[in-house]
Amino acid sequence: MDFALTEEHEMVRKMVHDFAQKEVRPTIKEWDIKHAMDPQVLPRMGELGILGICIPVRYGGQGMDYISLGLACEELEAVDTTLRVVMSVHMGLNSMALLQWGTEDQKQRFLVPQAKGEKIAAFGLTEPGAGSDVAGMHSTAKRDGEEYVINGEKMWISLATKADHFLWVAVTDPGADDPHEGMTAFVVEADRDGVTSGDIHDKMGVRAGSTGWVNCQDVRIPVANRLGEEGEGFKIAMSCLDNGRYTVAAGATGLIRACLEASVKYANERTTFGKAISRHQLVQQKIARMVQDYEAARLLYLRAGWMKNKGARNTRETSLAKWYATDASFEAAAEAVQVHGAYGYSAEFDVERYLRNSKGAVIYEGTSEIHTLIQAGYALGMRTNADLRCELPAYAPDVWQAEPETAAAS
Amino acid sequence: MNIVVCVKQTPDTAATVTVEGGQVSWGDSPLVLNPWDEYAVEQALRTKEAHGGHVTAISLGPESAKDALKQALAMGCDEAILISDPALAAADSLATAQVLASAVRKLDPPDLIFFGKASVDSASGLTFAQTARVLGRPLLSQVAAVNLVDPDGGSISVERLLPEGREVVEAGLPAVVSVTKEINEPRYPSFMGIRKASKAEIPTWDIGALGMDSAPKAKVAWPEIFAIALESTSCEMIEGETPDAMAAKLADRLLEEKVL
Repeated sequence: MDFALTEEHEMVRKMVHDFAQKEVRPTIKEWDIKHAMDPQVLPRMGELGILGICIPVRYGGQGMDYISLGLACEELEAVDTTLRVVMSVHMGLNSMALLQWGTEDQKQRFLVPQAKGEKIAAFGLTEPGAGSDVAGMHSTAKRDGEEYVINGEKMWISLATKADHFLWVAVTDPGADDPHEGMTAFVVEADRDGVTSGDIHDKMGVRAGSTGWVNCQDVRIPVANRLGEEGEGFKIAMSCLDNGRYTVAAGATGLIRACLEASVKYANERTTFGKAISRHQLVQQKIARMVQDYEAARLLYLRAGWMKNKGARNTRETSLAKWYATDASFEAAAEAVQVHGAYGYSAEFDVERYLRNSKGAVIYEGTSEIHTLIQAGYALGMRTNADLRCELPAYAPDVWQAEPETAAAS
Repeated sequence: MNIVVCVKQTPDTAATVTVEGGQVSWGDSPLVLNPWDEYAVEQALRTKEAHGGHVTAISLGPESAKDALKQALAMGCDEAILISDPALAAADSLATAQVLASAVRKLDPPDLIFFGKASVDSASGLTFAQTARVLGRPLLSQVAAVNLVDPDGGSISVERLLPEGREVVEAGLPAVVSVTKEINEPRYPSFMGIRKASKAEIPTWDIGALGMDSAPKAKVAWPEIFAIALESTSCEMIEGETPDAMAAKLADRLLEEKVL
């Protein structure tokens, strides 16, 4: 048992922390008010290697481990949720799926430019009428010779208008006895004829990001863009969520920390009844609770990251980390506003943005209700992990860090 | 070019510094690479990128100062050396300069030695000047821009930031350069640099390794430190429709406060 982060982890954490604090924090409020994404964010995250953090060097990435990804997400969301959302969709839900399921050709065509930050990736599973009920989706893909023809609309898609590649799940066998086995995953490039997208405005939170819809109208893609086998789409999508949820858990942990730091600062500055409000026990109780939640959430996501490093299946542990951290971050943000009183209710302080941003995460990547059922399912023996044809590869530093030439030779 | 950058580990600038029993304490605040030195490291790296060469970071401090050196390595320095000896625990700026100069003399002779303008903790702002003096090299201080480095001609031309403006100064190499924050924007460490730094074995040189018979004696001591009483300040935002209106209001307020 060893709870220590390595020196490498500490330096990664500090690097991402410094980037987010210096380059994003000073202007994030303005972008949030404008309902727009700072155009510098994605290019800078690409230049700094954050967009390829845990992808092997030979695939254009930085060769760090999965714990580094979690630490980066914690630091990013401690500044703004939209930064972490980038990692959830670009890395967790898309790039890591290519690493897990992609053919060598797909890794070269899609993963390499994504890991380098030259192409941005997103994930298309949810539809206007199908969220938790994935099997209720209407998107279709019909085989036509050496191509598939994709039709359908995806909704609530993060980076909808920024992404170059979408991991798209569609029904290929509408007559399948089990609809879960009638789905297939594809990579759809945003510049294919028939792909359109747009952002949704007037969201409660994550306003400095892009969330929208993507539509495919008779979009033709080569068979070589199919990820995995026909009928494997549901399993692939669920394996993507094991990684996306990990980033959400780590990010929500950072949001709890941001709430805690803001509350401690304000509680020491603000006085009522002749003393700092930090001297009032009911304020102390809120702060103590944030400490409790921050540390518990952190241990849960780090365990999930550790399991990923080992190559161990972590569906249950990641679900638990995501459920716990997002519920706790919503509560921490609400209490942080309460600590700030009326000031917390105004955009003058960050905590109102934290509260608006925290609500999304208890809905996306498995609602808290879905995670409740998942945990009950495991505890009651009603749910087991089905074997996957391709597992997420365990972190192997030598392989991850080898340069392309060395890797090819070995 | 052979380039040396001298760095120090300091408490984070966000640390709460207190004085207890005549001694300064920053509690358990994290220790970092002195923020002013980040500009020196960046300038050393840019010089190497422009002219080729080798950058060595050196630091005098306790074992923990290796973390600051690792930050310098992660940013891209080629090599790092820690100078550490219990006999140097009370070194003042001159003793530090003598030790740094001894270390520099042990290295391949450098063309340029970079320093930050001061450390954020003791903030004497003297060490770079004293090191230049001990080494007998020209000193370029308050450098806000490097206009030209000519390794073949053995010269450097810089802009010094003065209260009155900027002054262009040339010197022959080797020279000692202390830089201000206007000179560049320090880079973040790269992930590859972080990996390299975390694996690096940083050698430690003690007094003996420097070829010194004994630790140079400090001439300045801080037997007791007092905390000054905090002045209470308040911030008032001047608002107005136009810049002119705001300026007029500001002028009125300054007159009212008898500042003007």
